[in-house]
Amino acid sequence: MHHDMGGQPAGPVNTAAHEIEPWEKRIEAILRCMQLRDPPIVTVDELRRGIEELPPKLYDSLSYYERWIASLTNIMVEKDVLSRAEVEARMAKIKAARAKEAA
Amino acid sequence: MTHDPHEHEGHEHAHDHDTHAPIGAKEPEGYYPLLADAVRELLIEKGYFTADEHRAFIERIDARSPALGAKVVVRAWTDPKFKQRLLDDGKKACAEMGVDVVVANLVVTENTPAVHNVIVCTLCSCYPVFVLGRPPDWYKSAAYRSRVVRDPRAVLKEFGTEIDAKREVRVHDSTADMRYLVLPMRPKGTEGWSTEQLEKIVTRDTMVGVAECRLAA
Amino acid sequence: MSWGEGIASRFKPGDKVHVAERYPAKGHFRTPFYIRGKTGVVERICGQYHNPEELAFGKYDGPEKVLYRVRFDQKQVWPDYHGHSADKVEIEIFEHWLEPAK
Repeated sequence: MHHDMGGQPAGPVNTAAHEIEPWEKRIEAILRCMQLRDPPIVTVDELRRGIEELPPKLYDSLSYYERWIASLTNIMVEKDVLSRAEVEARMAKIKAARAKEAA
Repeated sequence: MTHDPHEHEGHEHAHDHDTHAPIGAKEPEGYYPLLADAVRELLIEKGYFTADEHRAFIERIDARSPALGAKVVVRAWTDPKFKQRLLDDGKKACAEMGVDVVVANLVVTENTPAVHNVIVCTLCSCYPVFVLGRPPDWYKSAAYRSRVVRDPRAVLKEFGTEIDAKREVRVHDSTADMRYLVLPMRPKGTEGWSTEQLEKIVTRDTMVGVAECRLAA
Repeated sequence: MSWGEGIASRFKPGDKVHVAERYPAKGHFRTPFYIRGKTGVVERICGQYHNPEELAFGKYDGPEKVLYRVRFDQKQVWPDYHGHSADKVEIEIFEHWLEPAK
C-alpha cells in the first residue's frame, strides 16, 4: 500500500509553493458538492480509497489534484454515477468545441 | 481514460496507436483539466449540483486563510480563559470566534518550553482547511509525509527551525476524524503589542509546527 | 475534556494499549503500517465515528466505532530514532485496532 508512507526514506522537503490553479480549485469543488449532501454521493473516504487504488507509478507521477480527479472519476464510474463512455465523449466534445473557437 | 486498476493487473504493454497510454503512465498535459471539465458538466446536467453551488464552494474555500488561525491563536495568547476553552474543545472555542469547524473536532496542541508540536498526515493530506486555508504543497509531499514522523528534528531543520535538544518533540499524525492546530508560543518582547501586530507574527508554518513565532515574521 | 462522555469505550485515558498486527491484503485502513504492533498509552477518547474502512466502500450506515488518540514513545516506534528520548508520536486509532497491552 504505496500511500502508507510514514517512516519511508525520502529526500529533503521541497518547501516551494505553487499557486493553486483554477482547474485544481474546480476539482476540489466537485468533491465538496458530491460529499456535502445528505446522504453523500461520494465520501472523502471513497476519494482516498480511489487514490490508494491507483497503480504506484501513477500515484507518483500524478500531481495532487490529478490524483483527485482520477480517483473521483473511477469511484463515480464504479458507483454508476457516470460511465466511461460518456466521460470520454464529453471530453472529445469539449476539446472539439475549443479547437473550433480557437480557429 | 482513467484506468481501472483491476483491468490490466500485471500486464504492461508497449504504447500503441490507441488513445490509451500504458497502465501506470501519466496522460498528456491538459488531460486532467479536460477530464475535470467533462465530469463537472456531466454532473451538473445530471442534477447532482448546480454551477452556482460549485462556484460557491470555490469561493468558500478561497475565503479561508491562515489569518483565521492567527486570530484564534492571538485570542488564546491574550485571554487565558479562552485558551483553556480552546485546548478543551477546539471546535466550540472556534465557533465563539465565528470560525466554523466543519469536521468532527479540532485538537489544539500547545507549544511550551518543554514540548514542541508538529502536525502531519502520513496517509494523505488531512489539514484544518477551515482555519488555515489550503495546505501547502510540502505538507502533501511524499518527503514530508515519510520523514517528519520518523525524524522530525531533521525535517524541522530544513525549515530553518531548530528545537532545543532538551525539549520534547511531539508529532501528531492526523489519521482519522480529528484535525489539528498548533498553538505556538508567544515570543518574549511582544508585551503590549496590539492584536494586529501579534496576528502578523502568527504564520501558517507556526500553526502546523514547522516554525516558531518570531518578532519579525 | 468531555468528548468521551456517555460513550461505552473499551479503553480510557491512561490505559496501555497494543496496536494489532494485522496486514489485510485489500481494503482502506487508517492505521499506518509504522504503528502496527507498537504499544502506547491512550491520550484521550475522541468520540464515535463511522468506520472509514466501510465508508470507503460505500457503506455509510454501519455502526460507529470508538476513536482514540494514542501516544507512543518514538524510541519504541523506531529502533534507530535519533532525537530526545522523550519524543512522542500521537495518532488517532479506532478501537477495533487496539488490544490491552500486557
